Amino acid sequence: MSALLEVEELQVTFGGRTAAVRGASFRVEKGETHCLVGESGCGKSVTALAVMSLLARGGHRSAKRMSFAGTDLTSLSDREMARLRGNRMAMIFQEPMTSLNPAFTIGSQMAEVLTRHKGGSRAAALDRAAELMGRVGITAPGMRLGQFPHQLSGGLRQRVMIAMALMCDPELLIADEPTTALDVTVQAQILRLLATLKREFGLSILLITHDLGIVARVADHVSVMYAGEVVERATTAELFRAPQHPYTRGLLSCVPVPGRVQRDRPLGSIPGVVPAIGSGFTGCAFRSRCAHADETCAHAIPRRQAGNAHDYLCRLEPDWAELQPA
Amino acid sequence: MTAAIEVEKLRCEFRVHTGLMSAEKRVVAVDDVTFSVPAGSVLGVVGESGCGKSTLARMILGLLKPTAGTVLVDGKRLFDLDRKARARLIQPVFQDPFASLNPRRSIKDIVALPLEAQGTFSRGEIGRRVGGILERVGLSAAMGERMPAQLSGGQRQRAAIARALVLEPRIVICDEPTSALDVSVQAQILNLLADLRRDLGLTYLFISHNLAVVEHVASEVAVMYLGRIVERNETDALFREPRHPYTQVLLESVLTPEPGKGVPDIGLGDAMPDPANIPPGCRFNPRCRIAVERCRHEAPTRMVRPPQGMVECHLA
Ligand SMILES: Nc1ncnc2c1ncn2[C@@H]1O[C@H](COP(=O)(O)OP(=O)(O)OP(=O)(O)O)[C@@H](O)[C@H]1O
Ligand SMILES: Nc1ncnc2c1ncn2[C@@H]1O[C@H](COP(=O)(O)OP(=O)(O)O)[C@@H](O)[C@H]1O
Ligand code: SF4
Ligand code: SF4
Ligand SMILES: [Mg+2]
Ligand SMILES: [Mg+2]
Repeated sequence: MSALLEVEELQVTFGGRTAAVRGASFRVEKGETHCLVGESGCGKSVTALAVMSLLARGGHRSAKRMSFAGTDLTSLSDREMARLRGNRMAMIFQEPMTSLNPAFTIGSQMAEVLTRHKGGSRAAALDRAAELMGRVGITAPGMRLGQFPHQLSGGLRQRVMIAMALMCDPELLIADEPTTALDVTVQAQILRLLATLKREFGLSILLITHDLGIVARVADHVSVMYAGEVVERATTAELFRAPQHPYTRGLLSCVPVPGRVQRDRPLGSIPGVVPAIGSGFTGCAFRSRCAHADETCAHAIPRRQAGNAHDYLCRLEPDWAELQPA
Repeated sequence: MTAAIEVEKLRCEFRVHTGLMSAEKRVVAVDDVTFSVPAGSVLGVVGESGCGKSTLARMILGLLKPTAGTVLVDGKRLFDLDRKARARLIQPVFQDPFASLNPRRSIKDIVALPLEAQGTFSRGEIGRRVGGILERVGLSAAMGERMPAQLSGGQRQRAAIARALVLEPRIVICDEPTSALDVSVQAQILNLLADLRRDLGLTYLFISHNLAVVEHVASEVAVMYLGRIVERNETDALFREPRHPYTQVLLESVLTPEPGKGVPDIGLGDAMPDPANIPPGCRFNPRCRIAVERCRHEAPTRMVRPPQGMVECHLA
């Protein structure tokens, strides 16, 4: 397998002061689902936007390496990047209303994506839109094409966004919390759909979420992000079998599992929130919330190997986690 | 012992105009809902978006007049109480803490507002109570000086909880209090709500679309579908043995951290339930994977599941 997307030591700052992403590295292999997981504010969306060259004004990105299908993304002009975006790499967001235009019908918005990148007639584009809507499980696509975004439920809108992202047959789909605003029932349906599309279209997916329950069910590889860094990387099986970083373990304990709740005991949780990190910061950013922090955590932290393709950023030795189950 | 909340044959209809020429339509958002919540316990109400959970909450809070049926809170009709007395008895906590906090007031002032509205507390008393409740929900005095926009989502929800509890109400209606939050912050808030209930002897009606979220806090769970409670049982029994096919689907949709299991096919189809268009027979039949012919024309009756549970399904 060769990596479709390679990101090495990505840095993103806003106004030169807030370090939103601090040296994040990960690879999305062809045909796999890679999950970026972490709490709100840890830099997941900024990472995705940096890859897509969609950072808000004031955002500055630099990377040792950032390549997509062999193309160096850092050297592309805005025009070249715009040609990739929505075409060979597509993105869907948490709240579909932010990326759908309320003034245009679903059909015309979907058709526009195809004609912009690939040319061809509007009629042909509408046919493809209807076909893809069928593929993502929308019944009566013909009727939906003529409707406006506000006439659809949240779950339908997210399906439309997925169909729209597929219009140009992308190789990479970046999905930023695509189900966080939805009912759990609709969430299960949308995630199942993404898994099917991955299989049938050979799509590679970079899925962003804050929920390790979702990660377990859909990911092949996982990168756990904390305060702008990737603090643990592993295959999904390995991450859940032997999570090493105290943060990963904390996140895992927060997911409520039906039937395993002890009502007289508190749920596992991580105290506090992700801190904002200034530019001169050193040491482990998790130390303000970590039960295992000591004075060495304020200094440079090694990246440790915990097995094949499994590494993490912490002063603790790999066997620590085995010896002290959380 | 009087129940903290007693709801009987509650119904709420809205009349909506779908277009200029079209006739008025009736939307039945809540249909024949009956339950009681004993003082000090927690009823979890679970169901998908649009099933009537918030409408039910608004009727219990006295913010919306039922079309039919009765609501008794602590044995009283809320419509007979004045606003101040109502505020001392029952308080809401909503999903979106940002929308529910005044963006131009400090957290301290926002939490003080219910006390000021009573008109009976001295300045010193207000300051003391606000300080106490902020500390109780885990917000420092420095946080109290901040504006809502300067807090994280979880901190804003803590502030909303502080505001709800500052008058020391006995009953709190939590409408999706953690749905806008990260899983990690959700765990913090659920633990906080559980602690507060235990320490202050509160009664909750706790609404969520995620069955797994209510298990930790609820003593009893009611599952709502298109305005009706289709199953209700004591929490452990409901999770051990979900009877209604819809309850089973809700349980399966919970994605537990078990790698290799994949995402289940819950088989509901893409049609969202529409309260303006309730199907004949069992209202769940178009999405039910075990529906039989009978389900398409005959509505199931309510069956009692001892000791106090109930289920509405021909095949349960
Ligand atoms: N004022 C109103 N006028 C007309 N219809 C209404 C009104 N308020 C609610 N409804 C309808 O009643 C149904 C139930 O609404 P409700 O807000 O209780 O759902 P919910 O379960 O809380 O969903 P959500 O999770 O989306 O908030 C919905 O179909 C809604 O559109
Ligand atoms: N436009 C911006 N200006 C300044 N800071 C920003 C901006 N966008 C994001 N940030 C900061 O970057 C960090 C990461 O944000 P984000 O990637 O959106 O988090 P996530 O997606 O993980 O919730 C946060 O500290 C956030 O406040
Ligand atoms: S480096 Fe120290 S503070 Fe950071 S996770 Fe490891 S033990 Fe905790
Ligand atoms: S009555 Fe029929 S349609 Fe309704 S839930 Fe039971 S089996 Fe399904
Ligand atoms: Mg985000
Ligand atoms: Mg609601």
